[in-house]
Amino acid sequence: MTAADTLFEPAGGSSDVGPVLEVSDLAVSFPSESGRVQAVRGLSYQVSPGEVLGIVGESGSGKSVSSLAVMGLLPSQARISGSIKFQGRELIGLSDDQLSKIRGRKISMVFQDPLSALTPVYTVGDQIAEGLLVHGKGRVTKQAAAKRSVELLDLVGIPNAAERAKAFPHEFSGGMRQRAVIALAIANDPDLIIADEPTTALDVTVQAQVLEVLKTAQEVTGAGIVIITHDLGVVAGFADRLMVMYAGKAVETGHVDEVYQRPRMPYTLGLLGSIPRVDADEKQPLVPIEGQPPSLVDLPQGCPFAPRCPMAVDACLTDEPPLSEVDNSGDHYAACIRSDELGAVEVQADEASVAAAVDVAAEVFGVEVIGEPEVARIPRDQRTVVLDVRDMVKEYPVTKGVVFKRRIGTVHAVDGITFDIREGETLGVVGESGCGKTTTLMEILGLEKPMRGEISVLGQNVSALNGRSRKAVRRDMQVVFQDPMASLDPRMPIGDVIAEPMQVHGIDKEQIAKRIPELLKLVGLRREHADRYPAEFSGGQRQRIGIARALALEPKLVVLDEPVSALDVSIQAGVINLLDELKAKLGLSYLFVAHDLSVVRHIADRVAVMYLGKIVEIGDVDSVFSSPQHPYTQALLSAIPIPDPIKERARERIILTGDLPSPANPPSGCRFRTRCFLHASLPPEKQSKCIEVEPPRAVQAPDHEAACHYAEPRQVV
Amino acid sequence: MTTILNEGDSAGTTGAAQGSPVDAAPDPDKGTSRGRLVLRRFVRNKAALVCLALIVVLYFLAFCYPLFTQWTYDQQDYTSFLVPPGGTHWFGTDKIGTDMFAQVMRGLQKSLTIGLLVGIISTSFAALVGTTAGYFLGWTDRSLMWIVDLLLTLPSFLIIAICSPAFRGKTWLIFVGLLAVFQWMITARIVRGMTLTLKEREFVKAAKFMGQPARRIIFKHILPNMASLLIIDATINVGSAVLAETSLSFFGFGVQPPDVSLGTLISDGTESTLTYPWLFFIPAGFLVLFVLSVNFAGDGLRDALDPSSTKGRRKESKRKALGELRKAKFDVQTERRGMPAPQGEGKHR
Ligand SMILES: Nc1ncnc2c1ncn2[C@@H]1O[C@H](COP(=O)(O)OP(=O)(O)OP(=O)(O)O)[C@@H](O)[C@H]1O
Ligand code: SF4
Ligand code: SF4
Ligand SMILES: [Mg+2]
Repeated sequence: MTAADTLFEPAGGSSDVGPVLEVSDLAVSFPSESGRVQAVRGLSYQVSPGEVLGIVGESGSGKSVSSLAVMGLLPSQARISGSIKFQGRELIGLSDDQLSKIRGRKISMVFQDPLSALTPVYTVGDQIAEGLLVHGKGRVTKQAAAKRSVELLDLVGIPNAAERAKAFPHEFSGGMRQRAVIALAIANDPDLIIADEPTTALDVTVQAQVLEVLKTAQEVTGAGIVIITHDLGVVAGFADRLMVMYAGKAVETGHVDEVYQRPRMPYTLGLLGSIPRVDADEKQPLVPIEGQPPSLVDLPQGCPFAPRCPMAVDACLTDEPPLSEVDNSGDHYAACIRSDELGAVEVQADEASVAAAVDVAAEVFGVEVIGEPEVARIPRDQRTVVLDVRDMVKEYPVTKGVVFKRRIGTVHAVDGITFDIREGETLGVVGESGCGKTTTLMEILGLEKPMRGEISVLGQNVSALNGRSRKAVRRDMQVVFQDPMASLDPRMPIGDVIAEPMQVHGIDKEQIAKRIPELLKLVGLRREHADRYPAEFSGGQRQRIGIARALALEPKLVVLDEPVSALDVSIQAGVINLLDELKAKLGLSYLFVAHDLSVVRHIADRVAVMYLGKIVEIGDVDSVFSSPQHPYTQALLSAIPIPDPIKERARERIILTGDLPSPANPPSGCRFRTRCFLHASLPPEKQSKCIEVEPPRAVQAPDHEAACHYAEPRQVV
Repeated sequence: MTTILNEGDSAGTTGAAQGSPVDAAPDPDKGTSRGRLVLRRFVRNKAALVCLALIVVLYFLAFCYPLFTQWTYDQQDYTSFLVPPGGTHWFGTDKIGTDMFAQVMRGLQKSLTIGLLVGIISTSFAALVGTTAGYFLGWTDRSLMWIVDLLLTLPSFLIIAICSPAFRGKTWLIFVGLLAVFQWMITARIVRGMTLTLKEREFVKAAKFMGQPARRIIFKHILPNMASLLIIDATINVGSAVLAETSLSFFGFGVQPPDVSLGTLISDGTESTLTYPWLFFIPAGFLVLFVLSVNFAGDGLRDALDPSSTKGRRKESKRKALGELRKAKFDVQTERRGMPAPQGEGKHR
């Protein structure tokens, strides 16, 4: 990053000593059919130069609206009051013209969806140069702008920057686009960068890269950063201060370490307890925050969190608690009348740490670790095999032309994978998007003879199935999809949705009518929900309906395709707990696909890591997570943020370079070699083995296999 | 031809966070299935119910009119030519002294039946062909679409005109068949396109993995999810069938004198709109009444089937669906003129 120093003014040189951004009593409301939506209700915060402020909260808590207000990008029907001072200058009341001079030059924004921030018809380089020219007003020549845009792209880690500057946004992958947007954001050496969920749409490995780039950007520009996220893990190692928002207000703010280790508001505590952790050695209980955020149209009196708060007392319902200082710390504020008591519970633990806070959360919210199913006590190799996949291959032809289709290549979506699942066991399948996870599931669910290899479900080879026996197998194998909205027919009341599998398998009407309320109860819904339509339920509830449908026929194996990735963390915890409970109660086996390794660590017994259509590492979760053998697994694990600021800052991150190669044209030998850091560090004579010979899956430890010539354990979490 | 599907999926994943009613609203009857829920919602819609009743009344009138009047449609009263409504001739008489009430009722018989039958037949046929082609793809799709394209290129008016003499004297129901045969193709293509997208949706996959046979997936999941489009299409078809019959009759095909239809009555009455207004306005009024009732009843059915519709959103969702239908029809037509179809079997599975 040597070029960077010449690109930007030294940090803090031009700005005053005061805060870059000072928001006080900001309130924003929108008109809606049912009344005014009070999206932000009296928000105050400050950002100093070079400081990173993290804003965390559930969906709809007003995070985005408050930052859009700072940018002056709210729609015209929004009503804004309070004050937003940028470097001492009041922004509210400025005309759009005046604002746009500040916007893009001194304040810039990074959005969740990078594609919408880039214009599809201009090259990436041109767009950055354009930004420079507009704000440079004649002081910058075209050539200088073009040269600078290449330097910026280089700075954010785009390989071959000069070359790639000529590419169009759609030719970039998601991670590269987000990096280009960051380049755009820092082009004019801003004093404030607002990033709204900059990594939510990205894979973990790419998320780690992008966060790294943001950090670099912050270092070189010396700007203050506001980073908005719903994931407490993302900001732990990055933010200096944290603000937790709930129902349009800040409910807790303070230094990150303080807030994570000594949360003084039940909501923060709940959020902290709801995140499954990759670094957990033993099973930790997950805290679901029941219920939904309140409607912002007419908030009831008192603490807005009261309906969901396990500590609520009558006094909470009289007045809304203001933000007040806790523990005389001078910097830590919480809006809860019982925050002192929370402090008292915690003192029992000897030392303040995030782990202690999580224990307090479990205690306050009254959750316990869910036990193992009965069958789990029998040794693994004595249990029946529920699913057995051997050397399964799935290829898609790549064709060209409309009338005469020519085959110009083959996508090796799944290239010879082998695994099995025993009774009462959960196998987690992880990997970046595009590695073939969903294809694997669809092949198994299709119950057709695979292109090559074999699939057996409950001892029956699928290639030997006929119509009737296939239907019988379907009864024992059910599926839960990722998107709880898309997987329920919007035109069917959920009673019918749950009844459908039973009707297909010829169960008589009376029995179905009896079973529906049972199933609803099992997944935590009420019987009178049966005649509502899916649209009337929240995401978490819909996923519960999907699970109820899957369980209707009492299957042996449930296949889950990213069942919680579309849900907010606090709701995700409830669904994970439900799955855990059902497994313990009914002795189910799960095939659980996820890209979130922390969820897999929490729920799975065994884990398979996929890369470009192959399993690179498989084995017992504890063994794989505590001593990963394959470089890819190590990189994946090290990319997972841990919601613990101290651990997180101390962690060394393995940043994978580049993106997933195209599965139509995988690298020779070891498929991972183009991104392998171990390979890069090897002497050339050893490297040639990786290039020429495909590494076989070899046993590294009991129930732990990895496919790498130079596998060695490395602790990363 | 990218058609956005039903209105139901506009809600996001955490839709209920925006204050949807998920809390207690205990409904005592349990285990209600879709059929009964839809019926209940339809009955709640008073306008639709009234219109449905109106259609029934019109039918009753049309077929039982001889009970109310002494005149018949082919009988002339030589004592009164062109008398205005009143007396024994409730709707007046025409220039050869035929009773207008009897004629309008007789015409209504024809037009009601032609309109409703053509609307229902052509839309159901379109739905059947479109979903079958879109769901099964392969040769089924190719051969069905070939037929569709063939029928689209044939000049329908001419063919009906040529065929008409052959059917002269036979039952005019054949005419219904002919009209229907030339009205379903564009809708079938739209339905096929929607089926392609719906097929990729997870709830259809879920049904497939449950073991639900294709036929039932089409009837349980695919068709209900394009109900808005189909119902609007059917109501439009009702109106256009009545009008098509009119124009054919005008050229001397279709319903021939002394038999009458609303269409023939209206076209006969046009020249005397100002001089003898009842000759035009009475049959035209009945036509409008009929088409409007069909529209409202269709609207009610659509709302009953669409869980996301509430009174407030109804207009908007109808406008949306109509807009889609128009756009899709336009797309199909441009495609026929040799322009490349923007949509297709891009996805291989
Ligand atoms: N243009 C608008 N018109 C009306 N209401 C709006 C508008 N924009 C946002 N809102 C409402 O304001 C509230 C806060 O929204 P906001 O987008 O700030 O939430 P968020 O915390 O960013 O959530 P997420 O995590 O989903 O991004 C929500 O209830 C939302 O429905
Ligand atoms: S004020 Fe009461 S309801 Fe609100 S968070 Fe504190 S304890 Fe819970
Ligand atoms: S075989 Fe070589 S390239 Fe592949 S993971 Fe091991 S060290 Fe890296
Ligand atoms: Mg947001």
